[in-house]
Amino acid sequence: MSASTPTKAPTASGPGTGASAARTYPSYARPAWQRWLLTRETAIIALLVVVLVWANVNVPNFDGPLTVYYLFLDLMPILLIALPMTMIIITGEIDLSVASTVALTSVLTGVLFADAGLSFTMAALAAIAVGALCGAFNGFLVGYVGLPSLAVTIGTLALYRGIAVGLLGTEAKTGFPEEWTDRVKERFGETSYPQVLVVFLVLAVVFAALLHFSGFGRGVYEIGLNDEAARFSGVDVARTKLVLFLLAGAVSGLAGVYYTLRYDLARGDAATGMELQVIAAVLLGGVSIFGGRGALHGVVAGVLLIGVISSAMRLQGETENVTTIVIGLLLVASVVAPRFLAWASGRMPTGAKGPLGRLGRRPSA
Amino acid sequence: MPDPLTKASAPASTPATPVLEMADVRKSFGPVAALRSGTITVHPGSIHALVGENGAGKSTLIKIVAGVHRRDGGTLRFEGRDVDFTSTAESKAAGIAVIYQEPTLFPDLSVTENIFMGRQPLGRGRRIDRAAMLAETRSIFARLGVDIDPKRPALGLSIADQQIIEIAKAISLDARLLIMDEPTAALSGVEVERLFAVARSLRDEGRGLVFISHRFEEVFALCDQVTVMRDGEYVATTAIASTTPDAIVEMMVGREVGELFPKQPATIGEPVLQVEGLSSAGTFRDISFEVRAGEIVGLAGLVGAGRSEIARAVFGVDRYDAGSVRMHGKAVKPRRPRAAIAAGMAFVPEDRRKQGLVVDNSVAHNVAAVIRTKLDKLGLLTTAAENKAVAPWADRLEVKTNALDMAATTMSGGNQQKVVIAKWLATEPELLIIDEPTRGIDVGTKSEVHRLLSDLAGQGLAILMISSELPEVLGMADRVLVVREGEITAELSREQATPEAVMKAATAGHESTGELAPVLPDALLKEVGA
Repeated sequence: MSASTPTKAPTASGPGTGASAARTYPSYARPAWQRWLLTRETAIIALLVVVLVWANVNVPNFDGPLTVYYLFLDLMPILLIALPMTMIIITGEIDLSVASTVALTSVLTGVLFADAGLSFTMAALAAIAVGALCGAFNGFLVGYVGLPSLAVTIGTLALYRGIAVGLLGTEAKTGFPEEWTDRVKERFGETSYPQVLVVFLVLAVVFAALLHFSGFGRGVYEIGLNDEAARFSGVDVARTKLVLFLLAGAVSGLAGVYYTLRYDLARGDAATGMELQVIAAVLLGGVSIFGGRGALHGVVAGVLLIGVISSAMRLQGETENVTTIVIGLLLVASVVAPRFLAWASGRMPTGAKGPLGRLGRRPSA
Repeated sequence: MPDPLTKASAPASTPATPVLEMADVRKSFGPVAALRSGTITVHPGSIHALVGENGAGKSTLIKIVAGVHRRDGGTLRFEGRDVDFTSTAESKAAGIAVIYQEPTLFPDLSVTENIFMGRQPLGRGRRIDRAAMLAETRSIFARLGVDIDPKRPALGLSIADQQIIEIAKAISLDARLLIMDEPTAALSGVEVERLFAVARSLRDEGRGLVFISHRFEEVFALCDQVTVMRDGEYVATTAIASTTPDAIVEMMVGREVGELFPKQPATIGEPVLQVEGLSSAGTFRDISFEVRAGEIVGLAGLVGAGRSEIARAVFGVDRYDAGSVRMHGKAVKPRRPRAAIAAGMAFVPEDRRKQGLVVDNSVAHNVAAVIRTKLDKLGLLTTAAENKAVAPWADRLEVKTNALDMAATTMSGGNQQKVVIAKWLATEPELLIIDEPTRGIDVGTKSEVHRLLSDLAGQGLAILMISSELPEVLGMADRVLVVREGEITAELSREQATPEAVMKAATAGHESTGELAPVLPDALLKEVGA
């Protein structure tokens, strides 16, 4: 752009000096309350609040101090990995290898700490670095080689899990330093909030800034909507994908270390199937599997919604299977609902058309 | 199925019932009147050109004939009978075929299967009679004088061959009216000739053909009559023999051609872009040129000659194998659009909806797409900052939108083009590469874009303009580079750049533009007539 070269800028007269009378453009076509309230994200958050209130009233012991505490402890890996996963899915890609990366980094932490004699800090940092490397490998194949992420990460799902199981076999590592295993379970004073929440909150702020308040994030949406146009506008599509997969790997590594400490256990079969839990939560949170749509606050609400429902049903004495069915139905409903609303609003009188129909549309990013 | 040959072999000279008669056909979409008075009469055994600017109502008229839209009023007669098609199936069954610019075949099915899709001849036991299908295909191809293997899959066929398949389909359906909607836009010279030979043979069989094209040399080489439309209204119908391209253009635009493209003289300054020896295997070879400040350089040539590919390589979207691109004497990194942008280039690509815009994104996000890297404060980019930066540019280009957060997909083609141009002007470039600046936009916006380009050049912007519309190139460019089959075959100054000179350099081998004489018609016609 001309700032880099001192020659005369052809448009030196600047914009807005055209002969016509300056027209003004309103920034938004709809009033603020509509833009904020009539989104899928808000619908999920509202549903979360409803379920929370209902569970507090009707489910025995749900309002006890330990419920929320364990809820967060259990959800932590999913909450963490959902952050980069959201961005990956918004670009129209997917990463199925995250749970395998969790297992691999967990095992590595164990092996490096227990067998190689590294300090726990060093072992953990090395494991996170390997996680980042795993992600970068995915990102290279997807971004630069141009392979479909579904195929690539199905492959690395098996590969990373295979390495993890291969490293430890049926063995398990345990006996991690107590100062660390205690630390991840620490609470804020007498409240029911674990201190590790801070790690999540910091990362959530970083990812929200990256996705919603940066040029990089705008590029992420553009890649999901039309990667060719993004490339023509100077978005480095390959590099963006590499960065996102790398972030997913690094965060999965962090989740792997957390997993190790939370259960004081490193095993090759850790976090089996977690990739689908993460993806389900992201989609429930309003991210389109086709890319281009979604927002982080919806995803966080989606993860919490799944967590709260599981927790409430467990307290009610329902079996895991029933919980899975309910969450499956919820996910299907969340995919069907926007289409149903769009269809329904199409047949309604004009008055009802707008707000209902908009629930199915994308929020203003 | 009746043999179309015997049925429609009435000599073309007898004044038979017109195949198609339309009079004062009207069609509105909401408040927009797309067609005010659609009038056309197509006789059997003739090729009728339908011309008009984009937005003149040609497509709407065709779609009414094809049964895509229903008319609001007016007469529509097919072979003398009043008709009112409610679906494309009805018009097809009646004997009307429309061949579009880019046919959509089933790529994995064979040529024969594509021709008989949905109406395969059945043999014993309701099994598809492949032998009959194949024989019929062979006989149609023989009549058309084309050499395509009926058994090969449609995948990998050139667009020209795909059109032939569509035509074969039309013949197998015994279509008496064939409408070809800009069929030559993506064809090479030889392919155009073959298509014309086929079209002539169809005419001589007594069918009626409607040929829509923006290329006058083709209209004059092929057609018998021409109907001109403007702003949804019928203007005139004349015999091709008694008119001239200029007269038609005048009827199309309703004003003198000279007023259409107002490039004002500007002081030509230092070279901004210098391209040397640029080559890309199989696409273009040894391309060297420069563009100076204040200058509009036109890149002319046929579609597929490699013009867009050159532009894309210069901007770094595509790779190139050899050569160099320099801005103000400094080399620009290849394969990096970002580097090109940083060096002061802007690129309005050919395909607005696929390359120029993220159509589902808002106006604001689209216009800010390139400049946004400079808009963040303390590392945070807000929609408010984007809106603030974008509004003056939207205003300068007179973009018509209710609000900056409206999705670009809601806008007209002309307005979308303004958004793309606004996006790039906002970067305050020193070189603007603009590929088909006015394709698919209305006449009013078109002249706005031309005026804008002229103004920008006047302010010292270097402009490289690619256009398939000859009048646009001739009216706007200070210098014309003609590209043929990946090579620059001529560099013409404004004075030297006549339609004849440009077309000659673009097609070479055809002596003049008026006669794109087919290579094989005689033999072919004999065969058909036999």
